[in-house]
Amino acid sequence: MSDSKPNSHNHDGHSHDHHHDHSHWSDMDLKVKTLESLLVEKGYVDPAALDVIVETYETKVGPRNGAAVVAKAWSDENYLEHLRENATEAIAELGFSGRQGEHMQIVENTADRHNMVVCTLCSCYPWSVLGLPPVWYKSAPYRSRAVIEPRAVLSEFGVKLPQDTKITVWDSTAEMRYLVIPQRPEGTQGWSEIKLAELVTRDSMIGTGLALSPDEISS
Amino acid sequence: MNGPHDMGGMQCYGPVEPEENEPVFHDDWEKRALAMTVGMGFAGKWNLDISRFARESLPYDFYLTKSYYQIWIAGLQKLMLERGMVTANELETGKLEVPGVEVKRVVSAEEMPAALAAGAPVSRDAMLEPGFSIGERVRALNINPKGHTRLPRYVRGKVGEIVGVHGCHVFPDSNSKGEGENPEWLYSVSFDAQELFGMETEEGNTVMVDCWGSYLEHA
Repeated sequence: MSDSKPNSHNHDGHSHDHHHDHSHWSDMDLKVKTLESLLVEKGYVDPAALDVIVETYETKVGPRNGAAVVAKAWSDENYLEHLRENATEAIAELGFSGRQGEHMQIVENTADRHNMVVCTLCSCYPWSVLGLPPVWYKSAPYRSRAVIEPRAVLSEFGVKLPQDTKITVWDSTAEMRYLVIPQRPEGTQGWSEIKLAELVTRDSMIGTGLALSPDEISS
Repeated sequence: MNGPHDMGGMQCYGPVEPEENEPVFHDDWEKRALAMTVGMGFAGKWNLDISRFARESLPYDFYLTKSYYQIWIAGLQKLMLERGMVTANELETGKLEVPGVEVKRVVSAEEMPAALAAGAPVSRDAMLEPGFSIGERVRALNINPKGHTRLPRYVRGKVGEIVGVHGCHVFPDSNSKGEGENPEWLYSVSFDAQELFGMETEEGNTVMVDCWGSYLEHA
């Protein structure tokens, strides 16, 4: 994979075997360190506060938040109704709020209609429920093709929908942030919310995946 | 600006390449890049739309070939240079040449969790009644502003239907120029995939785009 490809890959190659020139990466390290020391010296930021930002998005705010929302939506009709009426408020009830989640809307998958979320213009993503976006979500291939050939894009995630399931793609052009409520898998009657949440993957809440089946987590 | 960021509908970028078990960050410098970008937002020297425009108006080849956090760092440097908050020489050498300018707020580590959880809602009180209502047919204007806009090219001139009214939100086209928030009604507009991309596109799919009132006319 070459570096000239529009931000389409994870780019550092640490976990990949791409042959890759790492020199620019240590350049970035230096550039970023230099910038941070300037910001601190000039009194623009508190480095300890920056540590809190990193820690928040590395360990606290992530797709398990969204999974809890989905599991509750599957289990509790009143909660689902609240999500439909005011998703921002219903999600905040579970303790999830804040940056890039100020204006939430849920979109519900059915047998007839599959929803998928993109930001064609930049990288808008519901941080409060899913954390920071994966590299592919911010990449040119996804941003360009999700709207024009969503079914082909889904196949690149290994998702094959029935041909009569039509696709709605939500382009996050404003500050509305969309959380997909995937279809509840068969064979999960009577499951607790905690157990249901294990079936809810990040991609199923972006719409580039489906919720896992009970078989997939038992194996 | 019709720039490289407006990717919806392009077909030249190859397949989406999801990374198995992707880490939140691929390198330490990415953590600091995120934290500095978020942290400097509190300084009050620019707004969300100004920072988006700073990134999307980077040199087109840079935008298309660099990773997202490289784009963020370049955008941050550009914003600070434009405002005299750092000098080019300082960015090069890391040596302080001029003292920092006054900033609105420096968030401490103790304050940061609450600051992140509060977010920055862009909804504003409505001054006027909405100009469009649910079920109405609308055409996205064929506009090509040189500045920032959130109306993607692939919907310009196309006819869709109002399916949601989100309330009044800060208008990016003016906010990005520092010309005020000028909040406007924001609508969810449903476009038929064939209206957008022609008859070769799969029938029955739709694309939802959030559009401010001044992007639309009655159709």
